[in-house]
This record gives sequence, structure tokens and C-alpha cells, in this order.
Amino acid sequence: MSTTRDDVRRGLTDIWPAMVAAAPIGLLFGALAAGKGLSPLEVFLMSAMVFAGGAQFAAIELWTTPAPVAALVFSTLLINARHVLMGTSLAPKLSGFNRWQKFVGLFYMADENWALAEKRARTHRLTPAYWFAMVVPFVSAWLVTSTLGASIGAVLGDPKRLGADFAFTALFIALVAAFWKGRVTFWTVAAAGIASALTYRLVGPPWHVAAGALCGLLAAWLAAGADERSVTEEAKA
Amino acid sequence: MSVDPINLLAFLGMAIATYATRIGGLALAGRLSLSPRAQAAFDAIPPAVLVAVIAPSALATGWAETAAAAVTVLAATRLPLLAVVAVGVVAVVGFRAVM
Repeated sequence: MSTTRDDVRRGLTDIWPAMVAAAPIGLLFGALAAGKGLSPLEVFLMSAMVFAGGAQFAAIELWTTPAPVAALVFSTLLINARHVLMGTSLAPKLSGFNRWQKFVGLFYMADENWALAEKRARTHRLTPAYWFAMVVPFVSAWLVTSTLGASIGAVLGDPKRLGADFAFTALFIALVAAFWKGRVTFWTVAAAGIASALTYRLVGPPWHVAAGALCGLLAAWLAAGADERSVTEEAKA
Repeated sequence: MSVDPINLLAFLGMAIATYATRIGGLALAGRLSLSPRAQAAFDAIPPAVLVAVIAPSALATGWAETAAAAVTVLAATRLPLLAVVAVGVVAVVGFRAVM
């Protein structure tokens, strides 16, 4: 039986490496947002209200003045759709949480703290003490580093001069590598890339995001179907 | 320090969309069973969206950006996240200087 105190300590210990890894990413996010004209206060607000790294980076890449609200919300919804499955898997493990702790706690569910909570739940009862001990410092670090990055970025000036405008593209390529699951991902990426670039040229932004994403999903669906068939054929043989 | 009202509206919309995905799982827990094919399509959402967002900058901007994207893909197969970003930025500065 673990005490609340133990759970708090465990949560802090578990989240520490993720905080360190996220710090430079927060700084980079803030600097790029400043390059698109967002003030440090606006960066703070977006980080506090949304708290989703991938969706926030995509939003900044799409950002124009005035903000294309519908495109931003659509892109955010698509990128964060995976949360539904993460939450479905985590929900039965939250029996130690009351209603409020669930609804407040899940506001800041991210890939990192979700993965750590799932890991914890395999050996221990998941407690609000453990969850909030992870979430509070993790969220605070993201707020501090992204706002700081925006303040520094505003001083640095035009990000293109330093090649920093390409940092998004490089970051997203690296993130795609993290989601890599073989052949299906290859067809997803190829279809999404070609459809998006063509739509961008022929129709213009922001439609390239929807067109690319939907073609990517379609390609994944088709490629996974081919996988299923080959598995069935192997089973017959 | 200023907050543009349209920007604030965008943050609000993004926040509501994100929160909906985060609590959506509570309602679905125990009721959702995806076929392997639907699961594969669902898993493909993050890479599909990420690629759709960056494709214009990687493929439809110029040869320097496309070449730098190719170098970045190679780096992504063996280096950690921030090192990949560093390689990409250095590559684009280099290619822009010579192309």
C-alpha cells in the first residue's frame, strides 16, 4: 500500500526526464510563434489553454494574420484525435479519481504523462496524487519554456535569417519517424505529402492540410487492408 | 503585451477541440472496438497530419528546401529529435547559400 507522499514523489521522479526533453522544444515553439507575430502573453495563453505540442506547432506553421480559425481548429482536432483512444484505454484505470479529479486531470493529458500513467497502472493503483505530481510540473515547464522562447524569439527577429523557419519541417519529419510503423506509414506519408503539396499549388492554403490528411488516412486504410488479406492468405497456405 | 481578439478566439477553439478529444475516451471506454483496419487508419492520423502540414514547405518551396528535407529524413532514421532539427536547419542554410 503506497501513501500519498510516496505517490507524489514517484510522480515527480517519473516525469523529470520528460520535462528535460521538452524544455528545448518549448523554447523552439515560443521562438517560432514569435516569428509569426504572437506576443509572449499570447504564447502563454495558447500553451495554457491547449497544451498539445504537435497541434501547437502545426497551428504556428498555419498561422497568418488574421488567424485562420476554422483551419486551426480542424488541424488541432485531427492531430489530437489520438487522445480519444488514449483516454479510452486510461479511463478504467482512473477508479481512484472522483468526478472532478477526472475532468480536471484529463485537461492536461499528453502523450508523455499518459504513457507514464499507463506504465504505473500495470503495477500500482493509479492515484490522483501520482497523476497531479506529474502533470503540475510538466505543464508549468511547458508554460515557462514556451513563454521564455517567445520573449527571446521577439529579440532575435526574422527566423528565416537563421534557417529557423525550416525548424518546423525538420521537427515534423523527426516526429513522423517517432510514429513510424512500417509499410502502412510509408503509404500514409507518401499519399499525404503528394496530395498536400499538389493541393497547396493548385488550390492554396489552408486546404492542403485537410486534403493531405484525408488522402493519408485513405492510404493507411487501403494498405492495412492489403496486410489483412496477405495474413489471411498465409493462414490458408 | 497584447492579445488579439481573433487570436484568442482561435486559442479557445483549439482548446475546446483538444479537451473534447481528451475526455471523449471517458464516454467511449469499454464500448469501442475498432477493426484492425480502422485501428491502422486511426494510428495513421498523426503522421498524415504532420506530413500534410509540412509538405508545401518541403516539396513546393524550392530545391534548397527539398534537398534539406531529404537530408533531414536520413537524419531522422538515426538521430534523436533535437539533433534532427539541428541537422535540418544547418542543411537548409547551407543549400540556400549554394543553390
